Parts: sequence; structure tokens; C-alpha cells
Amino acid sequence: MRVVLADYGAGNLRSVSAAFVRAGAEVVVSTDAAEILEAQLAVIAGVGHVESAARGLAPVADALRERFERERPILGICVGMQMFFGESEEGGCGLGLLSGAVRRLRAKRVPHMGWNSLTLTRPSRLLDGLDGADVYFAHSYAAEPDGAVTVAKVDHEGPVAAGVESGPLAGVQFHPERSGHAGARVLENALAWSRSV
Amino acid sequence: MVKKRLIPCLDVADGRVVKGVRFESLRDVGDPVELARRYSELGADELVFLDITAGIEGRGPILELVEQAAETLTVPFTVGGGISGLEDARGLLRAGADKVAVNRAAVDDPELLTALAAEFGSQAIVCALDARAGEVVTHGGRNGRGLDAVAWAREAVERGAGELLVTSIDADGTRAGYDLELTRAIAAAVGVPVIASGGAGEGSHLADAFRAGADAALVASIVHERPERLLELKSELKEAGWNVRT
Repeated sequence: MRVVLADYGAGNLRSVSAAFVRAGAEVVVSTDAAEILEAQLAVIAGVGHVESAARGLAPVADALRERFERERPILGICVGMQMFFGESEEGGCGLGLLSGAVRRLRAKRVPHMGWNSLTLTRPSRLLDGLDGADVYFAHSYAAEPDGAVTVAKVDHEGPVAAGVESGPLAGVQFHPERSGHAGARVLENALAWSRSV
Repeated sequence: MVKKRLIPCLDVADGRVVKGVRFESLRDVGDPVELARRYSELGADELVFLDITAGIEGRGPILELVEQAAETLTVPFTVGGGISGLEDARGLLRAGADKVAVNRAAVDDPELLTALAAEFGSQAIVCALDARAGEVVTHGGRNGRGLDAVAWAREAVERGAGELLVTSIDADGTRAGYDLELTRAIAAAVGVPVIASGGAGEGSHLADAFRAGADAALVASIVHERPERLLELKSELKEAGWNVRT
């Protein structure tokens, strides 16, 4: 099972790559459009700013959009999930594949940093078996999706979207590669999902 | 609600753990990644690697360690020690560190924090602040900087630090508890997570730090003597009603 990590220069891809290898995948890190189109699962992983992520992703944005149109699975992690949406308060613009905004968290402590418990809000392929699981977050901005794409939330002085699913898109705001056994389960679920799509 | 974190700190030199750890097998003592993995199995929420040779012998060994840690660990880790500029931080983050901690270089040139946050995002930038009697100190506490610790904490956050690692040089190594006055003052002054550091001797000390407003507690000698202590600390805190990951 081949997984392609879209390389946009800023991301911490080593951890994500190692985590997918542990989950049984063959991983390539690439900016090549054909590679991004063909792999069974494409992953946008990332930390940092939507703005710098968007700049870095520009060379592969068309390949990702085409992949989306062909309904081939894409997993977004952290800023990668935020990239599914359009405008961000942080500056910059995502891929605009889902409608909703990316806004700065309103809480006493920002970044939202550390382990928090997931609450599943509807049945989810990606987060199957993970209701109540603790996973690791490190972010200052979060997606506020329109419509019913949210599959899980956490509480950080108010609800924060922790997972989204819509057609070929699945995204998590937390870091599965840094979330112990629960995180490993998420990546295994992602592989199973992309095999079936 | 985000959980209170326990963060073991490992001092490394030339890519090896150098102090405070007494495991049965000597061979295991020196390998930071193995030790870190052991701590993560015992419930560490994050880890900190502090490179105490950085700046003296270059950054070679620590980069290898970071690469290995990134591939092996399934919890986040921060690397600190001797980061003097953007390129040091880039190297460590690209090698797989989740966060970098800057200390002296930020005091010397606060603009560095602004640049780091702009480049890598606040969530990856920890400002480590050492204080003695309310004053910022550097060089392991030898140099007073004439800066008020709370004022510096505020500035560091305004400039983009996403987390503060607050070490009381007075309390460090005493095992008499964290410096609660310092922790309380800084936690109240800033809107980013605060990690209390220096002085942990028993579980109630961690609870005191959390009560003072800390979001996380750094632990060193208290767990290095007997790593299983980490598990016990967590269950003690849980029983006392603290929201910790078990």
C-alpha cells in the first residue's frame, strides 16, 4: 500500500513517514504530480502556518485538486486539515475543497497544546474505535467547518473540530504520529479507508 | 479539556545521556532514544532533550539523535540547548523535533523569537526562561541579566513564543518543590502554556505547580532514579482529581 506525503518544505515529515511505515505502508515523500495522483493515499501533513504551507503546497496544489476531483483519498494532518478549507485568519488561503473558515482559537491558553480527549460526533471511518481517546494537539488556529463534515471534536474552552470527513477527504487537527497507540490506530484506519475508497 | 502534562527531561552530551539516570544495565544508560521510549511507555506526555554540549562541539550528534527520536517515539519531543539562530532551529525541526527551546539566544536577541515564530509557527517555539529571585539569568544561572522574569515572559510571548519553560534556579535540584511564586506570576501574566521546572521531589509538588497555573511539569531527578515513579506520579495525580492522561 503506497502512501505519498506531499512535500512542501516546511513540514516535519520524518515522524509522519515513520508512523505510516509502522502502520504497514510504503511511504514516498514527493512533489511529483503523477506520484501524488497515483498513490493509494495522499497525505498533507504539516505544522506551522497555513500561509507558508499554502506557499509551499502551490506546486502540488493542482495535483491535489485533481486527486480530489477523481475522488481519490487525501488525509490532512493539523495544518494539512486546515488546508482543505479556504481563507484563514492566519493569512493565506487553503485549497478550498471544503467550506468553512480557519480561525484563531479563542481560549485563555493558545496554542492548544497537549493531550485532549476526542468526542465522536458521528460515525467515522477514520476515528473508528477512538471515542474518548487521548490524542496530541499543537495548534493556534482551527477549522470551523460549515455543514456536517465534522466527525470529532475536543473541548478547549469550547468545542474545537478535531476530525472531518467528506467524500475523499479525511482530516485530523491533532498529530496521530505523536499520539501513541491511539494515533497509530488512526493511521491504520486511514489505510483501511483508502483501500476501500 | 487539555490535560496536565508530565515531561521528563534528559540531559545529553555528544548524543548520550549524561547524568542522573540509574538503570540496571549500564549499556542502556547512555542511549537517549531508548530512555525516552521507556519514559513514553511509562506515560510521559512529552519529552525534552537538553543538549548540554551544544555550542561547544557543534550540532552533529544531536541531529542524529533527533532523527532517531523522531522515527522511534510516538509522543512529542522538544530539543533545547545552544540554539543560537534560525538555522539551528531549522536543522532540528527538519530532523524531526516537534519543538525547539531557546534560552540565552533569545535573551541576547529577542528578535530571534519573532523570526522563529514567523518561520516555524508559535507552536514549535518554546522560550526557556531561567530565573533567580525574579530575575532572568543565563549561563546556567551564573549571569544575571537585569531583566524581570515576568516582564521577559510577557515579551517572549508577544514576540511569538508558543510555550514557556520556566526554571527556577533557586529551586532546581532541591527537591523541595517548584517555585510556586514564580510559576503563579508567569502563568497569570501570559496566554500560552507554562511548563514549571526545577524542584520536583514528590507528587504533591506537581499538584502545587498545576494549582499555581502551570499547564505542565518538567521532571528530572525524581524520575531518573526510578522511571516507574512516572506511572506512580500519574496515578497519584489522577486520584487527587487532576486531569492527567493515564
